[in-house]
Amino acid sequence: MRMLINVPETVVADALRGMAAAYPDLTVDVEHRVIVRRDAPVAGQVALVSGGGSGHEPLHGGFVGPGMLSAACPGEVFTSPVPDQMARAAAAVDSGAGVLFIVKNYTGDVLNFDMAAELAQDEGIQVAKVLVNDDVAVTDSLYTAGRRGTGATLFVEKIAGAAAAEGQPLERVEAIGRQVNANSRSFGVALSACTTPAKGSPTFDLPDGELELGVGIHGEPGRERRPMMTSGEIADFAVNAILEDMPPRDPVLVLVNGMGATPLLELFGFNAEVQRVLAERGVAVARTLVGNYVTSLDMAGASVTLCQIDEELLRLWDAPVKTPALRWGM
Amino acid sequence: MLDADFFRRWMAATAASVDREAERLTQLDSPIGDADHGSNLHRGFAAVMAALETEAPDTPGAVLVLAGRQLISTVGGASGPLYGTLLRRTGKALGEAAEVGVEQFAAALRDGVEGVKKLGGAVAGDKTMIDALEPAVNALGDGFAAARQAAEQGAEATIPLQARKGRASYLGERSIGHQDPGATSSALLIAGLEAAAEG
Repeated sequence: MRMLINVPETVVADALRGMAAAYPDLTVDVEHRVIVRRDAPVAGQVALVSGGGSGHEPLHGGFVGPGMLSAACPGEVFTSPVPDQMARAAAAVDSGAGVLFIVKNYTGDVLNFDMAAELAQDEGIQVAKVLVNDDVAVTDSLYTAGRRGTGATLFVEKIAGAAAAEGQPLERVEAIGRQVNANSRSFGVALSACTTPAKGSPTFDLPDGELELGVGIHGEPGRERRPMMTSGEIADFAVNAILEDMPPRDPVLVLVNGMGATPLLELFGFNAEVQRVLAERGVAVARTLVGNYVTSLDMAGASVTLCQIDEELLRLWDAPVKTPALRWGM
Repeated sequence: MLDADFFRRWMAATAASVDREAERLTQLDSPIGDADHGSNLHRGFAAVMAALETEAPDTPGAVLVLAGRQLISTVGGASGPLYGTLLRRTGKALGEAAEVGVEQFAAALRDGVEGVKKLGGAVAGDKTMIDALEPAVNALGDGFAAARQAAEQGAEATIPLQARKGRASYLGERSIGHQDPGATSSALLIAGLEAAAEG
């Protein structure tokens, strides 16, 4: 293992200290692990709080700022934050207009955010929640914990964040967040496993020359393993898996997301193939974002997220945003 | 009768075995989870031991409520709320008694296990900590050694199961053949009772 770290125990705190130094618009509480936009609470605006395991950067701390999240709570690597963090974040950002928790569908995140909601409500803070569950690789049924939350988290945080910035009330911001999630689907592919600092070796075994189709953002296996495919073949598989689950109806937002160790040269090439498949299937593309946004440490690979979008959602997507990782219009 | 000191020894014994077995728990968590169960529980029980030292609760119930609160505040993941709820609910059921009998403890622990089932939505056979905890509670009437054996057997019995809850459930059939890390750590917790009884 060769990692640019001191010791595994302090990787999250070290990263937070580095973030604080790089982004003066953020208030970073390293001890309690809460990242807050410096001008919070913003009077009259619903606040958005998200969080989850570390190792997915820039998600979520990199999305804190005007037009997107009010605060983020990073947990240990691949481990959900604890309720104290979320409750602390909610108290720091609530202006009285309420707080929307954006939660990815993992058992730990769900349980901890539920407990945090109780704590915050005890303090008189109005809390609503949007659960993100967009990953079509693992199917929902009576017997599973449901679909995982992955790339659509970015769409929910951006679009609901824009609605909040406009001063829309909590129930409306929540409804928009739910709508974005309901309209979004993702599919991920791993070309290599990731290595957590604590374990120091790959979290799963992916032999050379094979790839994992339908991988999760913690390197959890998905649908199946196959011999290596071309970028075009992978795009066909991923986009078709999404469209099979969500027949196209409206123009889409496209996120071609890197898992952390795949260079932009490959991601742009992969995006060309994704756009080709969408064109072949007659799906109009409204906007496209390519880059490393919802990563999985040093895993190589990519995911595709599509969000069917109407005029209002597109307007909110285009609204100004100013965060470390996403920034336009201001 | 079991006093606050017994419950402190229970937590200390569990903390020691989690420390010893952290790597094994993490290994078990690699193929079907995300390889952090050992390190997370280790962090949690270290915090429990530190809190018990500073706050020195003097009833069995207070020891367990404090321990549960510490686990929720430090472990994260699903294990934090689930283990935290187990100990908090058990502690609350014990009330403010200075000493409790084994039967009363068994009833309280059953309360705690019910709390875990409700929070996580899991039942026996879902390949979770319930598969170790439920048999252990059922065997508690026959003593701590019987409870430990039941928990260990329950944990081993998760190997052929397909996970239906938690992150391993995303694997579907590929979760078969692996012992559940949560059931394994639950067996360590129950084994801690026997160790505490031996002093």
